[in-house]
Amino acid sequence: MSNTTMNTLASALIVSAMGLTAASADVLDTIKERGTLVVGVKADYKPYGFLDSSGNIIGIEPDLAKDVADKLGVEVEYVPVVSSNRMQFLEQGKIDLMIATMTDTEDRRKVVQIVDPNYYSSGTNILALKSLGLKEWEDLRGKPVCGIQGAFYNKSTSQNYGAEIVAFTGTAEAYSALKAGNCAAFVYDDSAIVAKTNDPEWSDYEMPLKTIDDAPWGLAVQLGEDEFAALMSDMITEWHTSGRILELETEWGVANTPFAEAMHAKFK
Amino acid sequence: MDVIFEWFRVLYDETGINLPFLYDAYDRNRMIDGFFTTIRLSLVCLFFSVLIGVVGAWLQGSTFKWTRRIVNGYIQLFRNTPPLVQLYFFYFAIGTMLPTVENDWGGQSPILGSFAWAAISLSFFAGAFNVEIFRSGIEAVPKSTVEAAEALGFSRLQIYRDVTLPLAFRVVLPALNNNLVNLVKTTTLAYAIAVPEMLYEANQIWSDNVNVTEMMIFLLLAYFVLVGILVGGMNRWERAMRIPGFG
Repeated sequence: MSNTTMNTLASALIVSAMGLTAASADVLDTIKERGTLVVGVKADYKPYGFLDSSGNIIGIEPDLAKDVADKLGVEVEYVPVVSSNRMQFLEQGKIDLMIATMTDTEDRRKVVQIVDPNYYSSGTNILALKSLGLKEWEDLRGKPVCGIQGAFYNKSTSQNYGAEIVAFTGTAEAYSALKAGNCAAFVYDDSAIVAKTNDPEWSDYEMPLKTIDDAPWGLAVQLGEDEFAALMSDMITEWHTSGRILELETEWGVANTPFAEAMHAKFK
Repeated sequence: MDVIFEWFRVLYDETGINLPFLYDAYDRNRMIDGFFTTIRLSLVCLFFSVLIGVVGAWLQGSTFKWTRRIVNGYIQLFRNTPPLVQLYFFYFAIGTMLPTVENDWGGQSPILGSFAWAAISLSFFAGAFNVEIFRSGIEAVPKSTVEAAEALGFSRLQIYRDVTLPLAFRVVLPALNNNLVNLVKTTTLAYAIAVPEMLYEANQIWSDNVNVTEMMIFLLLAYFVLVGILVGGMNRWERAMRIPGFG
């Protein structure tokens, strides 16, 4: 039995157990009928998707999702996801579209339909106390390093640099454990760490290492939703052409990333 | 051995059934470490929760009003709150309030790590139930037996240790079994504070390999076997301790 068959089986079981009708072949019809586009976004990843003081999900990715909903002429509904469940939510049809800081990998392309071109990119770095004076990735050998459950670089950080990964379910727990001294550093996406180092509360901390694994992010739809994927592909191209990504970065206080600039130059 | 491991890689290529914890040495070591962490955490918690149960039940029968009140307060607090909330409370609230010590990498870390907090929190959680379980056993020992022991000049501690507890133990074993089985299953919650036990390692592996279905099936079977061994052992113990004509 192939992996996809097993996954389909599992999701079919869950769907039927919940007493729902199986998802129709074309999700676009469903979205228009329903009048809402359900998008899985991060809620703990400032500034890409986070909660404002009244508990609403805001950020760069929710804004992008809103663009898609506007294009389809429907309302948008955000569902907070985390790294370890985002693909499963999409597979089970709990969300129509996933824009959740997900790195594009070969393995993931087998499970969900990642849309080309990539909309964003980031690499891996660490957040650590300035006083530790970490210089090289090798300096992490044998030290406990906080991480997020489900992040792809946990394995490589421990395999290549000998760090002992201590992975939590969410970023709040990981930041809290780092602050309490349970780990020497927190390995995470450089894009999120940059935002953190600008926070006065984290002024004793730095991003000391050279960013590695710079990898593109992919937004995804369910496997087989070719029509929706084609629409999203046009959408991403439009974002790059119009400079929408650069504009959002500026709006949310992130320095323009080389990737976004390069893509804008390419599609302009 | 390697031949068998390699066979599972072929299985993945041929059928798509992906079991990296068998063919990938790194994932295999993670899974083995996770397995032993689960065993270690379970054993530590089993031992301390039973100890808390025995001592707590004795203190509950204390002649001092305040001792009884404190034990009852402890039971209410730990029995009426979810174990996951307790874990988070101990690790993130209490843990950060305790003094710190100098660590190997030139920083300050809390005295107790995640494993220690998981052991403490889960022992107290299961211990609260065990106190009540042991109380039920103690109350099942006929009053006349205790009175006979008193008439023979036994002290309160001696009566508890040599008369009440051995008899009570036989009565409570089925209920104790239930609670200890629950305790072993509850150790999975420790993954929330990053104790590298089986669920935690399985989570890491399915995140890296996107083989959620296979890992879920494996986990279910692994816990089924693990708890099955515990239940088998406890049942044997129950039979071995049986006193013909009693209970």
